[in-house]
Amino acid sequence: MTTVTDAATLSDARPLDLSGKSGSRAAKNSIATVVMSLSFAIAVAPLAWILWTVAVKGGHLLLNASWWTNSQQGITARRVGGGATHAIQGTLLQGAVTAAISVPIGVLTAVYLVEYGRGKLARVVSFMVDILTGVPSIVAGLFIYSVFMTTFGMQRAAIFVCLALTLLMIPTIVRSTEEMLKLVPNELREASYALGVPKWKTIFSIVLPTAFSGIVTGILLGLARIMGETAPLLILGPYTKAIASDLFSGNMATLPTMINQDRDQALQPAVDRIWAASLTLIVLILILNLLGRFISSRSKV
Amino acid sequence: MQSITGVSIADELPADGEPPVVGDGAGTGRLGDRLFGGAAVGSGLIVVALVTLIGVFLLSQALPALAKNEANFFTSTEWAVSGDHPRFGIARLLWVTVLSSLMALSIAVPLGVAVALFLTQYAPRWLARPAAATVDLLAAVPSIVFGLWGLRVLGPMTSGLQDFLRNNLGFIPIFSTTSVGSVTTVFLAGLVLSIMILPIVTALSREVFAQTPGTHKEGALALGATKWEMIRTAVLPFGKPGVISASMLGLGRALGETVAVMMLISSLPGGADWSWSLFGGGETFASKIALGAGEFDSPQKTGAYIAAGLVLFILTFVVNAIARVVIERRKAFTE
Repeated sequence: MTTVTDAATLSDARPLDLSGKSGSRAAKNSIATVVMSLSFAIAVAPLAWILWTVAVKGGHLLLNASWWTNSQQGITARRVGGGATHAIQGTLLQGAVTAAISVPIGVLTAVYLVEYGRGKLARVVSFMVDILTGVPSIVAGLFIYSVFMTTFGMQRAAIFVCLALTLLMIPTIVRSTEEMLKLVPNELREASYALGVPKWKTIFSIVLPTAFSGIVTGILLGLARIMGETAPLLILGPYTKAIASDLFSGNMATLPTMINQDRDQALQPAVDRIWAASLTLIVLILILNLLGRFISSRSKV
Repeated sequence: MQSITGVSIADELPADGEPPVVGDGAGTGRLGDRLFGGAAVGSGLIVVALVTLIGVFLLSQALPALAKNEANFFTSTEWAVSGDHPRFGIARLLWVTVLSSLMALSIAVPLGVAVALFLTQYAPRWLARPAAATVDLLAAVPSIVFGLWGLRVLGPMTSGLQDFLRNNLGFIPIFSTTSVGSVTTVFLAGLVLSIMILPIVTALSREVFAQTPGTHKEGALALGATKWEMIRTAVLPFGKPGVISASMLGLGRALGETVAVMMLISSLPGGADWSWSLFGGGETFASKIALGAGEFDSPQKTGAYIAAGLVLFILTFVVNAIARVVIERRKAFTE
């Protein structure tokens, strides 16, 4: 701390310079600016690097029509050829079934929390959604395994993968739908009540349609998240090279398990295929992501 | 993106006995109302039931296996789950999990905070939105692709760096040389994990930094602070609780990450020597379970893995709970 006399003598000796910052402070400021900008470049670099790698190593297979129409049946690691239809179809089918189970439960839970939930039960439900958000995907898979395989002695099948993914998808849908419902102005609800419309009809034909695009965005982003999920598949969904569409028995291939199957391969045809499968998966997820963003940018609320 | 904070509307409601917030009492008791209301409550109850079931099932499967276990579950490094005398413990799993996650955190938090500051304080307006969306896209890359890229592209490139650290800092236990000769070490997993959790840390930090009151910033600038000094004295203190919960959420994600870690750390044979080092191998909880999936043929073996899963579940739960408490307290202060 400088005392008054110190300050006085200082200013006597050297007139106070108000024109600029001292050298070290200005230097620190410039260093900070450079560091921040560099960090951003460092953060974006891996994304560009991964996309570049995947596109260069797997892109040429995607340009081949057979990639989209054939399965891997009868193709060995040594052989070139075959496609990823079986895996693409499995990923889309499992994603659709998972969404079909999670969307009603997730949206209705959010409706409950925003429109109905008061008091203790609402707090408990909200707390449970939080716990569910934090459940690691492998634990979700393990749980389904311990219920259906260990306890009931069933065989592994695609439907159990969907159930495990449902556990991961419900909390993301609840949270995003909740956000959207909260954005719906109360005036809309009140106007509807004033016209004598019952509560359920108000929610069904006023609140939900108003928040619709936001809810769809949340669902698409949730879907994008679970389609890239691999951990539960390792436990519950064994890979197969053939096209399979039976949810309740037999194995079903997906893109993540297709990549996992050959991850340690050194033979070039197989290596090309895992990069191509990665690219397909990324493209699928990016499309869902961009679609979600596009819908939300046109949202009403 | 408030969902990231885990804050729900139920926390913003008045307590029991106070007047309801919206539209309450609007239910008319008609059939439609009762059906729809019932369905909404039912869904809420399903969620509660699911979480309860997860806890109950995991416990009920883990306990018999734990009762038969002849080694200390918490301190043993063995993992022999079959036979009449199973011996398994989680010491090594816990250390590898914590070490890789902490390494990821120590890279991702400073970097994520700097990126968030760049996006909110430095980037020109036209750049800020697309730049933020680009960082968010990193979260859209599936973890198996991160694993593949880490294994085949990034891994070989870090071999020089890993050798350098081993040779020059080897006297520190966590940098010491181990039996693992390849580049697939805890170090590589930590590095890739840090990229995976970066978007989480950045998203939440960005959110709180953007909320810094303009008056705080203007006050600092009016007192003659440079931009960096303004950030240090106004933005960072305001955003600190947000950064802490962002780190915790990132940690939660890193602890539970499975596939990438499974691909990036070399497994150790049973009975391998204990090592504190970043350059060792081993498994995390999640990767151990994934690798053991082929072994789930008897309730006893499955039970042992489920016990490990339970510990992971509790660990992530505690970390997420801390994140939630910190963000709640911040809310209490700012209101």
